[in-house]
Amino acid sequence: MDASGSQAALNQGPFAQTTIALAGNPNCGKTTLFNALTGARQHVGNYPGVTVEKKTGSYTLENHRLHLVDLPGTYSLTAYSLEEVVARDFIVKERPALVVNIVDATNLERNLYLTLQFMEMGVPVCMALNMMDVAAAKGIEIDVARLANLLGIAIVPTVARRGEGKESLMQAALDAVRQAGADGRRPLEITYGPDIDPVLKQMSAHIAAHRFLTADHRPEWVALKFLENDEQLRCQGEMADPDVVAELDAMMAPLARHLKQTLDTYPEAVIADYRYGYIRSLMAKGVLRQTADHSRLEISDRLDQVLAHRFVGPLLMLAVIWGLYQFTFAVSETPVALLEGVFGWLGSLVDGHLADGLLKSLLLSGIIDGVGGVLGFVPLILFMFLGIAFLEDSGYLARVAFMLDRVFRIFGLHGSSVMAFIVSGGIAGGCAVPGVMASRTLKSPKERLATLLTVPFMNCGAKLPVFALLVGAFFAAHQALMMFLITLVSWAGALLVARLLRSTVISGPPTPFVMELPPYRWPTFRGLAIHTWERTWQYIRKAGTVILAISVVLWAIMTFPRLPAEVAQDYAHQRAAITDSQASDMAATLAQVDFHEAEAALRHSLAGRMGTALEGLSRWAGFDWRTNIALVGGFAAKEVVISTLGTAYSLGEVDPEASTSLADRLSRAPGWRPLTAICLILFVMFYSPCFVSVVCIAREAGSWRWGAFSILFNTVFAFGVAVLVYQAGTLLGL
Amino acid sequence: MTTQNLRSMKRHQSGTIAAVTASGELGRRIRDMGLVPGTTITIQGRAPLKDPVALRVMGFTLTLRNNEADYIQVEVDN
Ligand SMILES: Nc1nc2c(ncn2[C@@H]2O[C@H](COP(=O)(O)OP(=O)(O)O)[C@@H](O)[C@H]2O)c(=O)[nH]1
Repeated sequence: MDASGSQAALNQGPFAQTTIALAGNPNCGKTTLFNALTGARQHVGNYPGVTVEKKTGSYTLENHRLHLVDLPGTYSLTAYSLEEVVARDFIVKERPALVVNIVDATNLERNLYLTLQFMEMGVPVCMALNMMDVAAAKGIEIDVARLANLLGIAIVPTVARRGEGKESLMQAALDAVRQAGADGRRPLEITYGPDIDPVLKQMSAHIAAHRFLTADHRPEWVALKFLENDEQLRCQGEMADPDVVAELDAMMAPLARHLKQTLDTYPEAVIADYRYGYIRSLMAKGVLRQTADHSRLEISDRLDQVLAHRFVGPLLMLAVIWGLYQFTFAVSETPVALLEGVFGWLGSLVDGHLADGLLKSLLLSGIIDGVGGVLGFVPLILFMFLGIAFLEDSGYLARVAFMLDRVFRIFGLHGSSVMAFIVSGGIAGGCAVPGVMASRTLKSPKERLATLLTVPFMNCGAKLPVFALLVGAFFAAHQALMMFLITLVSWAGALLVARLLRSTVISGPPTPFVMELPPYRWPTFRGLAIHTWERTWQYIRKAGTVILAISVVLWAIMTFPRLPAEVAQDYAHQRAAITDSQASDMAATLAQVDFHEAEAALRHSLAGRMGTALEGLSRWAGFDWRTNIALVGGFAAKEVVISTLGTAYSLGEVDPEASTSLADRLSRAPGWRPLTAICLILFVMFYSPCFVSVVCIAREAGSWRWGAFSILFNTVFAFGVAVLVYQAGTLLGL
Repeated sequence: MTTQNLRSMKRHQSGTIAAVTASGELGRRIRDMGLVPGTTITIQGRAPLKDPVALRVMGFTLTLRNNEADYIQVEVDN
């Protein structure tokens, strides 16, 4: 790589921009340092084409605007995980003037493994030696000057949590950028042993001679990556010049054969061994001194003796999860009610000031309900992320994954999946929207996708009123038992479908569980606040616009086409006749006419026609056209099933919280019996997630295809289950 | 000194890694975390269902599933 471009940028005066990448292992304090450096001057987006978050910010120093980019936390720079590919691609394609490598001083050896790989790439590096306070408390002494000298880079000790050392770090970074531009870099020379070194040299020469991939990379690095069997670079090589690839393969083959025969190992393993060997030799040169005290380390270990204990651990975990859940839903209750109040007030304002008609209906049911729907989730998302950020930053979430992995692995998931399931309604009454977003804490791509596709099966708070209505109408004697069974069935369904998905559309071996259990730490308020706010704001901004649009579309299909003029005229005549008669129960009779007209209008609308057209099919599961329309409405939000059923049964709009009139009506309606209710419960449990969830699924999975998949697959699956139960039940005479 | 499989090690038992026979992604992940020949490890504990296992390596704690631990041979000190 060539750094002279950045040098030119430095010389361009006060407005020149220099890009600096922040990189480091997970948990090294990178986010904390980034926040300390950039404060509120940050921007959160995504790396192009992937769902990995990209945070950028700026820092001003000596008239230079340093443009800071937070690379994803990685342990290595092989191209296996998405984070690694993203970090590597950024360095190759965007050519930052410098990588500031944040290193956890309490964990020097493992952290240096990444440092070495940056230096192998040939990008200028400057190191922030972070967590110096913890290292001191642990009795770890690091000879910073000596390490800097041995590695040939600038090193600045920092305590990110208190912002200590950030000024000197940026000054050192700026100096390093200048120096890199002035005299070029001195790439680190590591030996990879007598087997690898000669082959590496031969390959590098060949690569340099053919200018093979050298536009973007150092020849030595290309050779090293080929020896490491790097898929990404090999693909690029195949496209650039397959002949050179074949020639390189020929050079590597004897080496690989020799290593296999004599040592039963692979070139990539030998390279890793020598990197760690080099790091150990650094340590042996007096860089690291461990004085006796181990106290802090023991605190974490002692905590784990209880928190991860065989019997106590799981019990405490249940309590913590229960607590998180209670916290999220209890604390957000008031703001949610407040928001509902505001939107209710807005609604009544429109209701009072506008004449009945299309515009009013659009404003009320399309826009106010739509925006209200989006914002109504905000407090939930906010507090859920606050709770999860707390568990994540404190280190507890990793323990939960550790304890539960054995169970979730059976279903092709990961220990960390549990949070997403719980939040979505694993304990009845959650919400799939924050649940889908909670799957972000999962680092394994396949397990993550399977998780976010199955969490909508849980019983969210919007499905509960539907279940309560049906259980109340048909199983009044066994309400608690039925609700418990419903929770069990949704868990069973979700886990089994996850298993199914992992052996079909998302098949593949499990992602290795090689995971760090970070030491317990008390989260900082600032860290929690930034974490929480970022994610919430992303939801509002990105999901908001799409959701409003879909809400209007749903309103339209339940409104258009409108009743033909002569039919509407007919209802108007009926009303006029009743008003003329001046009968004592006039108001009630008028309402009756309104309800009948609403029913007729709904049936006449596109949604109604869909419901009616599908009746032939849905009969297999015991659903008539009224149920079908209600289910179409449920795509907006599951509780809409109730109000739509109310309209379809000429009861007017039924309030989901007070649905006794509808329960009465259903229990007496022809075609309804306990079996029908069970089938509807199952269908509502499993069919398409509400569109807010679908939008989130598409966003989190990184493709609208998965959003569409969850609509289609879940609906087909739910229908299959309902038909099976209905037909079996009918055969048994239920 | 005897060499045994990481899976069969007991709680609080220590040793030095003798060989890592995993290849591909798993092998790379294991090595990235510093589990290479010559590294000393101590078994810290196991999850409630005996799997995964938690080890202490170079001052941090790492977890592995049992079927992943199978690829790691350790020379245990008695
Ligand atoms: N004591 C101490 N804690 C720190 C320091 N830097 C970060 N932390 C804490 O370490 C934890 C992980 O930090 P974070 O920035 O989230 O790490 P990341 O995964 O690298 O982004 C958080 O709880 C921080 O508050 C430090 O210099 N000293």
